[in-house]
Amino acid sequence: MPAKSFVVETIKRNQIVELLSKGKRADGRGLSELRKLEIKTHVIEKANGSAMVKLGNTEVLAGVKIDKGVPFPDTPDKGLLIVGAEVLPMAASYLEAGPPDESAIELARVVDRGVRESEMIDVSSLCIKPGKWVYSVFVDVNILNVDGNLFDATSYAVVSALLTSKMPKFVMEGDAVKDTGERVPLPVHKIPISVTIANINNTLVLDPTEQEEAIMDARITLDTEDGGNLCAGQKGEPGSFTPEQIITAAEWSIARGKEIRQQIKEAAGHA
Amino acid sequence: MDENGIRTDGRRWDELRPLKMEVGVVRNADGSALIEWGKNKIMAAVYGPKEMHPKHLELADRAFLKCRYHMAPFSVDERKNPAPSRREIEISKVIREALQPALFLEDYPRTAIQVYVEVLQSDGGSRVAGITASALALADAGINMRDLVVGCAVGKVDGKIVLDLNDTEDKEGSGDLPYAFMPNLNQVTLLQMDGLFTFDEFKQALELAKVGGMKVYKMQREALLRKYFSGGGPETSTTTAEITEEA
Repeated sequence: MPAKSFVVETIKRNQIVELLSKGKRADGRGLSELRKLEIKTHVIEKANGSAMVKLGNTEVLAGVKIDKGVPFPDTPDKGLLIVGAEVLPMAASYLEAGPPDESAIELARVVDRGVRESEMIDVSSLCIKPGKWVYSVFVDVNILNVDGNLFDATSYAVVSALLTSKMPKFVMEGDAVKDTGERVPLPVHKIPISVTIANINNTLVLDPTEQEEAIMDARITLDTEDGGNLCAGQKGEPGSFTPEQIITAAEWSIARGKEIRQQIKEAAGHA
Repeated sequence: MDENGIRTDGRRWDELRPLKMEVGVVRNADGSALIEWGKNKIMAAVYGPKEMHPKHLELADRAFLKCRYHMAPFSVDERKNPAPSRREIEISKVIREALQPALFLEDYPRTAIQVYVEVLQSDGGSRVAGITASALALADAGINMRDLVVGCAVGKVDGKIVLDLNDTEDKEGSGDLPYAFMPNLNQVTLLQMDGLFTFDEFKQALELAKVGGMKVYKMQREALLRKYFSGGGPETSTTTAEITEEA
């Protein structure tokens, strides 16, 4: 988090709140409007799939590595799908290198939840030999530049990278796992779309910038899947929402989710 | 759930598990509470306002709220490594953010308020039980508060929205929605969700969480009254049977 001085914060807050009271945002967007979203896939040749996402000035890069792995004892016939995220120290002036702090852990876990709970990837088809070998799919995200709403930018990058991933085809040869050399797409079933909404002085704004995040009271991230159902959620930051605001946030997530899903599908060449 | 809509532990869809709360259980703490909710046994303790360490992190205009949610190694079926997991770090963060809206931190500049949540035995819904106990511990510590914070989870089992998932339902069910709110201010301070919910189910879930939470709130108040007003509140435990009567 930025080094906060509460004097600056109060001035900035007053300015943004005054704009919001007229239904305006500092960057001229509508309250439920997403910033410009740019997606480029196939950016890292050595990864099984990758995507560079720019959401306004927030830039993130996701890379997928797929290999064989050992299943968890309680899910012996299911592949592993693990999402990790790192906010690189180069991404903002106030960041430092070091182990992930609670915000980075929350970010990775919330993005992971969206992908997992939507059942985007059919992990039961990622089994090589039950109890012994399954496919392991690691999605790692590097945050390259921070300008708010890391949750959605990271999620879009993860989803786009998975959509364009090609995995090796493994077969059992005796007791050993053999790579056939063939490359096939991941079994993608659904496309989860994360939408984050901030509550600033009782006005809801979608896709908050870093400036808006610095003064927001609370934020809520809601993921939807293709059927328009909600599949994951997380409220964060030390403020609150009314139940009515949460319903509005869900409506926004469902409506915007459809448009963003279409854009991601096109960018990933996923018809 | 069987054909009569009765759940694995004999409850109906809108029933809470047996719930018991006690305020003032850790002698050294400024405030504390024990909650037993289903098989959950969770202790919360509050220290502060006290001096902030490290000093350079103190806030000039308010207290720094710290929160640690931790599970004892023996609290679950298979021994849990006592080192804080990523899950516990995330839960510590969301619990802190669920409690903070209720606190007048600005009344205690340059200090720290520490909340400890120790899960001695875990069943489903330990984070919302932890929040409920923490709010009691904060009130017991005399921290200025706008409202209590009540936690209550809802979920989806066999395609139906049900109140207060137990451990089995949490693992086997198709959705879970932990929820916390300030009952008098009608503000939601924690919401997490996993599993598929249609928009209508989502709305229904929020409604049910609130109805269930109000029952928890009543018991929270009674627990405080018992400690601070002799003869002020009824006996500790509220059983499933009592809730059934109410509902």
